[in-house]
Amino acid sequence: MTKKLLEMRSITKEFPGVKALDNVNITVNEGEIHAVVGENGAGKSTLMNVLSGVYPYGSYSGDVFFDGQLCRHQGIKDSERLGIVIIHQELALVPYLSIGENMFLGNEQQRRGRIDWHKTHQKAEEYMRIVGLQENPHTLVKDISVGKQQLIEIAKALAKNVRLLILDEPTSSLNESDSKNVLDLLLRLQEQGVTSIIISHKLNEISYCADRITILRDGSTVETLDNQSAEIPEERIVKGMVGREMTERYPTRSRKVQDEIALEVKDFTVYHELFPDRKVVDNVSLKLHKGEVVGIYGLIGAGRSELALSIFGQAYGTKASGKIYKDGVLLELNSVPDAIRANIAYVTEDRKGSGLILSNSIVHNITLPRMDFVSQGMRIDKDLERKTADHYRESLDIKTPSVGQLVENLSGGNQQKVLLGKWIFSQPDVLLLDEPTRGVDVGAKYEIYQIINELVEEGKSALFISSELTEILGMCDRIYVMNQGRIIGEFLAEEATQEIIMNRIMQDSKGEIGA
Amino acid sequence: MRTEKVMGSGQKKESLAAEVRSLFVSNIRDYAMYIALAVIFLIFTITTKGLFISSRNLINLVNQTGYVAVLAIGMTLILIIKHIDLSIGFVAGFLGAVAAILLSNGWNVWLVIPTVLACGVLVGVYQGFLVTKIQVPAFVTTLAGMFMFRGLLSMVTAGTGTIIVRDRVFLQLSNGYIPDLPWGANFDFHLLTMLVGIGLVAAMIFSQVRHRQSLIRYQFKTNSPTIFAVKQVALSVIIMVITWIMASYRGIPWTAVIVTVVLLIYNFVLTKTRFGRHVYAIGGNAEAAELSGIKVNRVTFLVFSSMGLMAALAGMLYTSRLASATPTAGLGFELDAIASSYIGGVSVGGGVGRVTNTIIGALVIMSLTNGMNLLGVDISFQYVVKGAIFVLAVAFDITTRKRAKA
Ligand SMILES: Nc1ncnc2c1ncn2[C@@H]1O[C@H](COP(=O)(O)OP(=O)(O)OP(=O)(O)O)[C@@H](O)[C@H]1O
Ligand SMILES: [Mg+2]
Repeated sequence: MTKKLLEMRSITKEFPGVKALDNVNITVNEGEIHAVVGENGAGKSTLMNVLSGVYPYGSYSGDVFFDGQLCRHQGIKDSERLGIVIIHQELALVPYLSIGENMFLGNEQQRRGRIDWHKTHQKAEEYMRIVGLQENPHTLVKDISVGKQQLIEIAKALAKNVRLLILDEPTSSLNESDSKNVLDLLLRLQEQGVTSIIISHKLNEISYCADRITILRDGSTVETLDNQSAEIPEERIVKGMVGREMTERYPTRSRKVQDEIALEVKDFTVYHELFPDRKVVDNVSLKLHKGEVVGIYGLIGAGRSELALSIFGQAYGTKASGKIYKDGVLLELNSVPDAIRANIAYVTEDRKGSGLILSNSIVHNITLPRMDFVSQGMRIDKDLERKTADHYRESLDIKTPSVGQLVENLSGGNQQKVLLGKWIFSQPDVLLLDEPTRGVDVGAKYEIYQIINELVEEGKSALFISSELTEILGMCDRIYVMNQGRIIGEFLAEEATQEIIMNRIMQDSKGEIGA
Repeated sequence: MRTEKVMGSGQKKESLAAEVRSLFVSNIRDYAMYIALAVIFLIFTITTKGLFISSRNLINLVNQTGYVAVLAIGMTLILIIKHIDLSIGFVAGFLGAVAAILLSNGWNVWLVIPTVLACGVLVGVYQGFLVTKIQVPAFVTTLAGMFMFRGLLSMVTAGTGTIIVRDRVFLQLSNGYIPDLPWGANFDFHLLTMLVGIGLVAAMIFSQVRHRQSLIRYQFKTNSPTIFAVKQVALSVIIMVITWIMASYRGIPWTAVIVTVVLLIYNFVLTKTRFGRHVYAIGGNAEAAELSGIKVNRVTFLVFSSMGLMAALAGMLYTSRLASATPTAGLGFELDAIASSYIGGVSVGGGVGRVTNTIIGALVIMSLTNGMNLLGVDISFQYVVKGAIFVLAVAFDITTRKRAKA
């Protein structure tokens, strides 16, 4: 016998110029894992923000019933009192506080007005056991991996006596094994009676764990599918999301890799920023041909981003040594402006932290790296600037009423497209792409792949860093495998498979190579 | 295809009443400032039985606002990039005294002004160096500066006490008016002032229309033609009223000219140049700015240098106004400047703010000072009122910004 835990009836929510939700209906049964999917900007996060009280009662129309009762949340505290806990798209842990402190932030374990540290840490350990983490509760959050941080977010939610757990793209910055950890935890919690709503663009995860799937498109509910009795094929979900069949996940490139080398990195070594005797990039040499997409795969902490950043004008690390040649010429790249002038672009993996200026408009973000392209002398040509930005809004299909919109008002995936647009605008010959499709929906991923293809077909080249091995295998001509700062293998696309790559990493971690 | 639907709902025709309401809701932050200014004017006009809005007092208010406005403009940039400068009050006081000393030593005024401005830049360079190269937090650097320049001010005024300034040109800075055209004598108002006012209205309407056309071309959100027209008419009326007040008195004060020039330059730099864009980018997200190829340290350094320059200018305006340099000149200026910026809409979180609004903020603060002086309110009580208004303004700012997100 199923009981409705949550019912949201004809929810409509408007922002100035945008109707984010238009008469959305959704019901969630007690004890199920309910997935919400849809394209970027479909309104998934907005719907969850309505549910959790981020947007208070009265700022939207429609009714929310939880456990049969009409909700009038004024803020997130009200929904938490009912046991509705949301884990937002971007992690919200405080890096310089310990695991224990983070877990009870805003929910401190007090005794007579003072924080009871003994109890805090004891309870923190208890909840960490539930989520399957073995860490010291005194460890600072910044010192543990993102995968573990996500588990701590969940533990933090559990500590609030959660009945309905909402996870907005919990796995977007995790690799496959960490993601699976999170999903298995959800399944275990389900057995203990926790209901959850999960939002994800990784459809294999949805098929894996969801009981029912609600699809949103353009702010409206399209359908709710039952994934329990028979597993829904991914293609079926995609069709509901984008409104048409999508057979291919990776577009094909028509032109071949050229023989000329675009970028060559030789004997590159970089040391840690804070611990100058720790090597983060260890004697790396690599080549990018013109018209080539080269993948770098490695587990988190392998040093991939650090490598890309240090190529990008030593934006990371200290005591960098080694040589960089572009088109056969030795480059001196001592700063980011040097690298940009040499037509190298780096698309960061952390769009909010180091990619975008959220409080600025789309136009201002896109033109930032090469404002000289849209200026005459000192003065910015605003007409030209807007026209340029508008071009990227169209070609990248950034969903917004105008390029004057502030980036903070865009959905996560659309922000990612702005980030990409910004660096394509800088007219690079070499693109260093660090997780370029993070948080992007399937349809838009395809479009981004196509844009990358177009660029390399023009003779540019791309270094493609990703934690999704399938994506690397689908997009790259050649793949480097990295582990602990070293390149431990190089494969052509034809010969690479998941097993071969994962085996190489395992062997290396065990220290068998070279033994 | 997908965007069309969003745009359809975004650009749909709203009724006028609905538009006014939504305009009000989304700009409540800006309007609140104007409403506050209007309320202050109203209250003081009533309590002083009209004395407050007499031409004489309004001109006085303009001259009084001058030095704060200049400081606040410099401070706006500092606050946008998430720094602070506590030293400017005594830097201004000290440099004002330096100007007085040089003048009384017989220096030519046209040599004194650039020299003192250069000294201001040097102070900014010194503080900017500490903040960017040595990474001493701005709070610490400028708190130390506040003490040092307070001490220096006491030292240079120690022998003589107050230093009187007699140079005619220098005194004009804060007490003089622009000359009239030769034909002006035929009118019973200041002709040049009227012409400038009319020219200003024409220029404003011209640039607003062009701006609007460009916005429409790229589907930016714009007001309906009615609202746009009403806004233009209202602004024109305000400008003409102010012009008339000045024209029927003695013309435009030199202070107003100086502040306007400074304002126009800073506004141009912030909104139309790459440097301005860099300032906002750094305030919004310094790490992302750095990774976009912006030299964060260089921009920060320049912003501090500009602050020094403004402090020097403000110091001279103040000295000119009092016709003397005093040992306590500059006390509390930093609070007025910071309050003006925040009241004018600079975000406490950085990255947001406009110098044109900062000027309104400065007017709010100085109307308070002016009105309370007219009423003979005790100076100690004035501090309490100003402090309270300051903190209220920031609290209001933070809550409206939060609300705007929902
Ligand atoms: N504060 C805001 N102001 C204006 N528009 C907003 C605001 N927040 C969201 N929107 C708009 O509402 C729509 C829905 O956004 P939402 O964040 O819910 O999308 P989403 O489905 O979560 O997308 P993603 O998969 O990219 O995270 C988007 O078009 C977005 O631009
Ligand atoms: Mg979202």
